[in-house]
Amino acid sequence: MITLDETDLAIMRVTQAGLPLTPQPYRLIAKQLGLTAEEVMKRMAAMQEQGIIRRIGVVPNHYKLGYRFNGMTVWNVPDEIIDELGQKVGQLEFVSHCYQRPRHLPEWPYNLFAMVHGKSQKDVDKQIQQIADLLGDSNQGCDVLYSTKILKKTGFRSRG
Amino acid sequence: MDEIDRRIINTLQEGFPICDAPYQQVATQLGLTEQAFIDRLQTLLDNGILTRFGPLYHAELMGGALTLAAVKAPSERFAEITAIINAFPEVAHNYARNHALNMWFVIATETPEQIQQTITAIEQQTGLTVYNMPKINEYFVGLKLEA
Repeated sequence: MITLDETDLAIMRVTQAGLPLTPQPYRLIAKQLGLTAEEVMKRMAAMQEQGIIRRIGVVPNHYKLGYRFNGMTVWNVPDEIIDELGQKVGQLEFVSHCYQRPRHLPEWPYNLFAMVHGKSQKDVDKQIQQIADLLGDSNQGCDVLYSTKILKKTGFRSRG
Repeated sequence: MDEIDRRIINTLQEGFPICDAPYQQVATQLGLTEQAFIDRLQTLLDNGILTRFGPLYHAELMGGALTLAAVKAPSERFAEITAIINAFPEVAHNYARNHALNMWFVIATETPEQIQQTITAIEQQTGLTVYNMPKINEYFVGLKLEA
């Protein structure tokens, strides 16, 4: 774990809700914290370098972009080669998250999770086939779970 | 949402610069004025097409903990189970899914120990087994949905 000092944490607190929409956002953050803009930029760049800031950017509401079909695809692949397979699956452009998670045998044999997103069921079916092709014989079983309802999280409720 | 909005969304999914006048820099790249770019970004946030704009922090690297967990909620108790689980402030999202494990939720806490405490409390209050599926390895995280 990376340790952050109080100043890093303060920057994090004031930017957690978002970056100010003002021409010089880092200067404004600096002003709020009594720092120089250079200090804020240097620290944010360092946090990005260390991966504490994954990226600075936008998170779209995928439903509003038309991606209504969001499947959690789960696969049973051999543990010995899961890292290699996970990296390949994660590189597919329609996969937004790809993780290894524990199995719960016998009822949950799946250890590789990949979230896929499409504008139609057909798109998603094709994506799933593409993952299956990529995994080949290493695919010892799979399933796809679609969300049928958002039970907690503000906003829209729809099939996804 | 028009073609310019789409380009803004696609560009900003890639990243945003750290410099004195970052909006100006990106606006120039998009062929917009700085103010027009800021106004459009504000509108996309206001109407919910974008849920967030800014630094995305890596929770676990900051000492926090996250897990994905699931339960098999019997259909006749589905509303009751939903209410119990949603009442936990540690539960960030909760989705119904089409599977025997029909309720999937993300637990986010400040420390790893609190994850187990929350799971134990959910098991006690619901009488159900919680299937804990913390990530073991992360291969990719990123939204790159073309607008």
